[in-house]
Amino acid sequence: MHAESAVRAPLIYGNKTYHQITEDICRPIESKPTRLFMITITFTALLMTWGLFMIGWTVWFGIGEWGLNRTVDWGWDITNFVWWIGIGHAGTLISAILLLFRQKWRMAINRAAEAMTIFAVICAGLFPIFHMGRVWLIFYNLPYPNSRGPLWPNYNSPLMWDVFAISTYFTVSLLFWYTGLIPDLATVRDRAKKKLSKFIYGVLSFGWTGSAKHWQRHEALSLVLAGISTPLVLSVHTIVSFDFATSVIPGWHTTIFPPYFVAGAIFSGFAMVLTLMLVARKVMNLQQYITLEHIESMNKIIVLTGSIVGSAYITELFVAWYSGNIYEQYAFSNRALGPYWWAYWGMMTCNVISPQLFWVRSLRRSVWFTFFMSIIINCGMWFERFVIIVTSIHRDFLPSSWSYYTPTYVEISIFAGTVGLFLTAFMLFAKTMPVIAMAETKHILRISGDAQKKAAAAHSHSHEDLPGSIQVH
Amino acid sequence: MRNKFLVGLYSDEDKMVDGVRKMRENHLEVYDVVSPFAVHGLDDALGLNESRLHITGFIYGFSGLAIALSFMTWSFTSDWPLNFGGKPHFSFPAFIPILFEFTVLSASIGMTLTFLLRSGLYPGRIREKLDERTTDDKFAVVFRISKKTTTEEIGKMKEMLQSSGAEEIKERELQRHY
Repeated sequence: MHAESAVRAPLIYGNKTYHQITEDICRPIESKPTRLFMITITFTALLMTWGLFMIGWTVWFGIGEWGLNRTVDWGWDITNFVWWIGIGHAGTLISAILLLFRQKWRMAINRAAEAMTIFAVICAGLFPIFHMGRVWLIFYNLPYPNSRGPLWPNYNSPLMWDVFAISTYFTVSLLFWYTGLIPDLATVRDRAKKKLSKFIYGVLSFGWTGSAKHWQRHEALSLVLAGISTPLVLSVHTIVSFDFATSVIPGWHTTIFPPYFVAGAIFSGFAMVLTLMLVARKVMNLQQYITLEHIESMNKIIVLTGSIVGSAYITELFVAWYSGNIYEQYAFSNRALGPYWWAYWGMMTCNVISPQLFWVRSLRRSVWFTFFMSIIINCGMWFERFVIIVTSIHRDFLPSSWSYYTPTYVEISIFAGTVGLFLTAFMLFAKTMPVIAMAETKHILRISGDAQKKAAAAHSHSHEDLPGSIQVH
Repeated sequence: MRNKFLVGLYSDEDKMVDGVRKMRENHLEVYDVVSPFAVHGLDDALGLNESRLHITGFIYGFSGLAIALSFMTWSFTSDWPLNFGGKPHFSFPAFIPILFEFTVLSASIGMTLTFLLRSGLYPGRIREKLDERTTDDKFAVVFRISKKTTTEEIGKMKEMLQSSGAEEIKERELQRHY
């Protein structure tokens, strides 16, 4: 067996056995929902219902119920769309890219992050769909033989690329998540006592047994899905950035957008994973699986991506000045000093200055500080999208059509509703399905568990000539 | 049709893998190994062929690419050549994002369905269980006992299971596909 160096901190604490892992991770599913859970989910479900009602309101009365005007035709809707899509980037990044880089710490958080991805993409999708106005004609987006010619959708348009990118991303994330869940659902099925839960988990686990050939295929599938999800996850936000970058609006028409958007997406996605997992870890008693090492690793990625985002902001400013183009220069001075200055400086504070605090080790390893920062980053990334979208278009080429945009209560309610939908879906997931990938955690137990680490440390002490990293058979 | 199986349950995957290797060296045919997670080195010990799933993934992906490219080319150059600001009808660079997305989509849907189909997994599939603990913490080495299997062979199987560290040995009568 390949054992890891004792120098590297264990990923699973508490001298776990395989059975103990099953017990720990299945306990929240098998126990009765607590009072706190019921109160919280009632609240989030009500919020969701209110948002859905306001979506219905929009469909009934039209987009005029929103604060958009002829100058600012993309407001909170597209801001929220890009924000949610960004949040939806962490799951696949953790599962796919970290799998290819063989980062074992992904095991404790990948399942929940993937679920989060799926729910975030659902929330994201709602905004452009309902921004279409006549949502019942949504199938016009699809290339099907129609009675209008047939007139095909414009494959040259970034908005059409978005349709393909987001739906592909959603489908692939769902497949990746669910195929990973099948063996764990089988564990829950085999432990179920009640007839109803036996039946439900029986249906959901597709008759999984754990046969050697099935595991072999399962591993092959996971690896290839991870391989193709890696460019996919990078392509999705690249294509979202094309929605802006291919236009001729000053402030949008920049080649820096794809990497800047991708880094921002990972940045906000990790922040959201931290927000949810720090709560889940405490409530579900998973501190021995989601350890401080996990939190620190995620914070390191936040420093990296946050710095990329910060450099991109500064590069944009520099290039606007250096271009000598007055329209470009005005777009940026207007961002910082114009009527939406508060959004710009909110973005700068939350995204550029605050992640730099994570260079300090004790702050990276502080649960409370990380939780606080994750919320700050989520807010900052929302401001970023708002700044990019609204400040770039609210002062048109014609000063006579300059305007100021404020959202109506309908837009605010729909956004709040998607937060409700996201939290409700996540809580239901956490209550009914294993939040930590059990099979994968068992797989690394003998490599990165604390018992193994102690044994390795003892072993290396007895052979003084050996360095920390050793191969144990 | 009912079949008889001889099952040996292990708690330690390393002992199980070593056991399987020895059993195969002693010309015993191991029918299957059932485990709570993918045990590395087991494929080799069992002599399983490499999965061909990734090859099907390539085929699905390539087909998706070909379908998307030919469809977009056909609809924009021959079926309804629409003028978008004087740009070429066949504007390959602008097709790349959709080509990529459709390739990935086809490969992943195709591979997942192939995986489920080949492994006989579908919603509501009920299989009889060898032992409920094999999805928790036990590793089961399974021999199939047919009419041709002699008592000596069964004795040898039991002995090999025992000597390699199986904690529990039992006979189970199940459907062919458990």
